[in-house]
Amino acid sequence: MAEKTHAASGGLIRYLVVRFLLIFPTIFILVTLVFFLMRVTGDPITASQGGRLPPDELAQRIHTAGYDQPIIVQYAQYLGQLLRGDFGTTYSDHQPITTVLTTYGTATLELAVYALVVAFIVGIPLGMLAAFIRDRWGDAVLRVLAILFYATPIFFSGLLLKLVFSIWLHVLPVAGRASTTVELKMQELSNPTGIYFIDALRTGDPAALPDVLQHAILPAVTLGLLTAGIFLRLVRTNVIGTLNTGYIDAARSRGVGEYRLVTRHAFRPALIPIITVIGLQIAMLLGGAVLTETTFEWNGLGYQLNHYLQARDFVAVQGIVALLAVIVAVVNFIVDIIAALIDPRVRY
Amino acid sequence: MTAVPAKPRGTWLAKVPVLRELRQSVGVQRFMLLVGVIITLVYILVALLAPVIAPYRFNQLQDASGTFPGSAAPSATHLWGTTIAGYDVLSRTLYASQTALMAIVAAVIISLIIGVLLGLFSGYFGGPLDRILVVVCDAIYAFPSLLLAIVISIMLSRGQSSLWSGIMAAALSISVVYVPQYFRVVRSEVVRIKAEAYVESAKVIGAGNGRVLFVHVLRNSVRTLPLIITLNAVDAFETLAGLGFLGLGIEPSSAAEWGYDLQKAVSDVTAGIWWTALFPGLAIVLLALGISLLGEGLNDLADPRLRRRSAEANEAALELEA
Repeated sequence: MAEKTHAASGGLIRYLVVRFLLIFPTIFILVTLVFFLMRVTGDPITASQGGRLPPDELAQRIHTAGYDQPIIVQYAQYLGQLLRGDFGTTYSDHQPITTVLTTYGTATLELAVYALVVAFIVGIPLGMLAAFIRDRWGDAVLRVLAILFYATPIFFSGLLLKLVFSIWLHVLPVAGRASTTVELKMQELSNPTGIYFIDALRTGDPAALPDVLQHAILPAVTLGLLTAGIFLRLVRTNVIGTLNTGYIDAARSRGVGEYRLVTRHAFRPALIPIITVIGLQIAMLLGGAVLTETTFEWNGLGYQLNHYLQARDFVAVQGIVALLAVIVAVVNFIVDIIAALIDPRVRY
Repeated sequence: MTAVPAKPRGTWLAKVPVLRELRQSVGVQRFMLLVGVIITLVYILVALLAPVIAPYRFNQLQDASGTFPGSAAPSATHLWGTTIAGYDVLSRTLYASQTALMAIVAAVIISLIIGVLLGLFSGYFGGPLDRILVVVCDAIYAFPSLLLAIVISIMLSRGQSSLWSGIMAAALSISVVYVPQYFRVVRSEVVRIKAEAYVESAKVIGAGNGRVLFVHVLRNSVRTLPLIITLNAVDAFETLAGLGFLGLGIEPSSAAEWGYDLQKAVSDVTAGIWWTALFPGLAIVLLALGISLLGEGLNDLADPRLRRRSAEANEAALELEA
């Protein structure tokens, strides 16, 4: 990512170390940003309770929580907490933020994985097709489709899919992650993973997995098409780019067919930018997950974030957003490492 | 969007940024660009003329013949039906283009100015500040903008927005994410350009830093910006809508906003009432489509790998016939 100009030809190990160390300033910058954005105009207790409590009680609560100290002192304390892995405690129901993550994070993870699967299945073949028939009308249609995929707000595509498939056609469930009976069975498991795909298999009930998957279809498609649009565009542009290079001409002159040229020769190099973009997509998926989970009542981190928003628990909101910042930084690190393992040019 | 110093041919019309690209383009690319331009222009017109063309005010609940019915299906008096509260869907959808346009203008101006200036100075002067800015921008630009928007809107408005604070929450949060994008693009161009011979020649003949920066470097480093500007614009009004959908949006009495109306439409959909969700949603999609087509069209023409020229287009046509 950063500092390419100062790169020495140190090889993979050096790259891994440098890239790993970069996580820390990234996290530091993001939590600092969130902290000051939240605090620059006041404290979260006044923001949520101001006008609803008598002034002296409000002042008392602010004092107890330490929000009357100078902002720099609070900031130092906050960083100290974070170093101990403590992201704070929700104000409304006194849950540690890390508990919120471990309880609901698996649901969001599961949704993100489903969405990525949809994105790959839809985006990559269509992108190759668009590159193959480029600058004809079919290509124009595919490009408009890509724009529609990523420019349609999730809450609208979600509502439309719900209206058509759940309300009008009655073929898919309206909301939730599983039927009540299946959820009850999964709660009886000794160590539920929280990943319903796995838990449903462990119940031993043959109807459990289809039920879980049926509930996942609409949220996964809603969130997945967003990324599918980006993939379509990216694959198209990159395959067209590689199709213009000399080695493709060489392969063509050896008699390799156009179909094989696009799907093999031009596609492989085009994969690398896609892997890099997946890292950025994680951020979009997390933002999108808030809206998707709200639309489909999918009880993950995003749904919880919205729940705390409605409860005006801004301490919880700050905690969850800071935690998501850390997750984004770590995931981007992992993606960069994968990209470096695949493509030697990425390494410093 | 500074015009690239083009060869002086034709009238002044040939130098207006988007028109110039339209003249250069051919075939499918020209069609897509043209559609984008038309949709965008229509929205600007609708936003300006909303008070004239909308049948009612966005916050109107009754007229001479009495109070509007709630959740009424589309009819002659309410072409797109009414919401559960009794607002006219057509009027609110039209008026909301004003709100969206304001968010777009605010977000693009803020991010463009800050991002380009930072990129320009950072890339040109280098030094430790440059390195710090690079790390900071790398850290921020991968962050989900909607989450930032939530945080900012809480603090700007305590969760209940007037028109102004709602728009600023969307515009500021989008700027936080887009400043790094402008910064990265402009900075890398500046780093490349400052080593070019014409910059050195300018220095040799005694041009000061200010003149070199703003006359020579700036002009040549903003060519790739139109695409980012269009992405920035789409994200700006969609973030505003996202905030509205999460209930952090603008109160219906102070302005019309598509996201707020869609949030109210969630429960309607379960009851089979489709018109309250469909029309504001389509309004968002169409505007996003128009601006994106505009952006992709401009990008195609700026990227020689993707550009088609007339001669090539002829070849392609021959291939098709063969």
